[in-house]
Amino acid sequence: MQKELWKGNEAIAEAAVRAGCDAYFGYPITPQNEIPEYMSRRMQEENRVFVQAESELAAINMVYGAAAAGMRAMTSSSSPGISLKQEGISYLIGAELPAVIVNMMRGGPGLGTIQPSQSDYFQATRSPGHGDGHMIVLAPSGIQEAVDLMQDSFDLADRWRTPVMMLADGMIGQMMEPIAWKQRPAAPAVDKPWATTGQGERGHTNFVTSLRLDSVDNEAFNEALQQKYADIGRQKTRYEEVDCEDAELILVAFGTTARIALSAARKLRQEGIRAGLFRPITLWPFPTLALQQVAGRPNVRAVLTVEMSAGQMVEDVRLALCGAKPVHFFGRTGGMIPEPAQVAQEIRRILKEEQA
Amino acid sequence: MTREIIIAGFGGQGVMSMGKTLVEAGMAEGYNVSWVPSYGPEMRGGTANCAVVISDEPVGSPLVVQPNELIAMNGPSLKKFEPHVEEGGLILVNSSQALEKVHRTDVRAFYVPSMEEAGKLGNFKVANMVMLGAYIAATGALKMETLEQMLSRIFTGSKAPLVALNIQALQAGAAHIK
Repeated sequence: MQKELWKGNEAIAEAAVRAGCDAYFGYPITPQNEIPEYMSRRMQEENRVFVQAESELAAINMVYGAAAAGMRAMTSSSSPGISLKQEGISYLIGAELPAVIVNMMRGGPGLGTIQPSQSDYFQATRSPGHGDGHMIVLAPSGIQEAVDLMQDSFDLADRWRTPVMMLADGMIGQMMEPIAWKQRPAAPAVDKPWATTGQGERGHTNFVTSLRLDSVDNEAFNEALQQKYADIGRQKTRYEEVDCEDAELILVAFGTTARIALSAARKLRQEGIRAGLFRPITLWPFPTLALQQVAGRPNVRAVLTVEMSAGQMVEDVRLALCGAKPVHFFGRTGGMIPEPAQVAQEIRRILKEEQA
Repeated sequence: MTREIIIAGFGGQGVMSMGKTLVEAGMAEGYNVSWVPSYGPEMRGGTANCAVVISDEPVGSPLVVQPNELIAMNGPSLKKFEPHVEEGGLILVNSSQALEKVHRTDVRAFYVPSMEEAGKLGNFKVANMVMLGAYIAATGALKMETLEQMLSRIFTGSKAPLVALNIQALQAGAAHIK
């Protein structure tokens, strides 16, 4: 297949266009500015909707409006901007609206830095905004995967009537890699009988809202929502496993950090140290069962989670393993990127410690 | 084999496009490649660098900390990255701008007066292509023909006359590597 060199942000934007994104709403912030820049040109070419909103808050509420009208809608931003969108994401969840949100994470807290980070893991996976909600969270570790997942994101959002977040970092947005545009079967047309498209011959008015003042109704809605989450969890966890069969230590990492961890693991193989990589692709729902199986093997002596944060995904790793294996953590914060040599050194230290 | 390369210089020296040309050519020869720019606030008016990986296996970390090869387009870049080059690696210095010498004795060093060579061709803008030609000659990382083919694809239409100039620049750089 013909390969083309694409910058992450632009490839993600083009993938959204090819996935049938009808409407993009955004507000500029580094390191994801190439997404709205690319969309401003491409969406016009395709005769679709592009709006540079007056703020992040406006953008996410425009997404809400377009999604309510049955359109495939998306927005993108980076950490501080995603914080501003939290209210809107909670409303999307409450109204069960499909939408795609891209977060090219940068170092926080506050305005922080424009360099890569993974410190929005909690914000994305625990409960976006307020209330007992979740969204599907996908984490690509390269540009080809970002492109493929972008197309899946819209399908998943429509199928489950839920916001889907692509959680990447500034490095994925800024780097260039070769990709192949795959011929995909057309997405299954999802019927949206709930969409506010005008009454027409329907006989009743559709009404999209997240407001349910009667608590009995609201609890019933919450229970249905939790049932939906359980169904998603049963079907949709994705992960990648590299060199884990004989590993004495399992690295757990996602996104850019997974590639750095893999470089460390390859380096250690040359020294006779057997390290493998478990890479969650769905961060929510987290691939708990798969991790239990991989780390539960008798050859595994320890687990090391590597993140560009002070330690967030490591909580899911500990919850999954429930003390079955020792779980260690190595992270860099504030926009600094872990180096393969640092990760390798940490693995040597842990294995020595576990031996003692 | 995996080549991890850092190309560094002032903004405006064509550092980013050198890296892009390399990865395009690497991709054309069937290698796995990645290109990561420094995108800090220093891009505006200050130093610029990019990390390139060309490998026959899938690229792990696209971030390069210890390059095998460094192309230093100015003095500050040489000073900043020289200590990080891997033992036995290679440093290519743009001696028109970096007056310092390489201090390390455990790496191969080449000096290319890229501006003088570009000046001889009548266009200072091709100094980066002079360096790239020297890089290819010094490392044999990729075939010179591949780069030349890339150039004919980059410069088309009204810019087509630039193809010959850029190829001459590549060759002038290569001629400096003995």
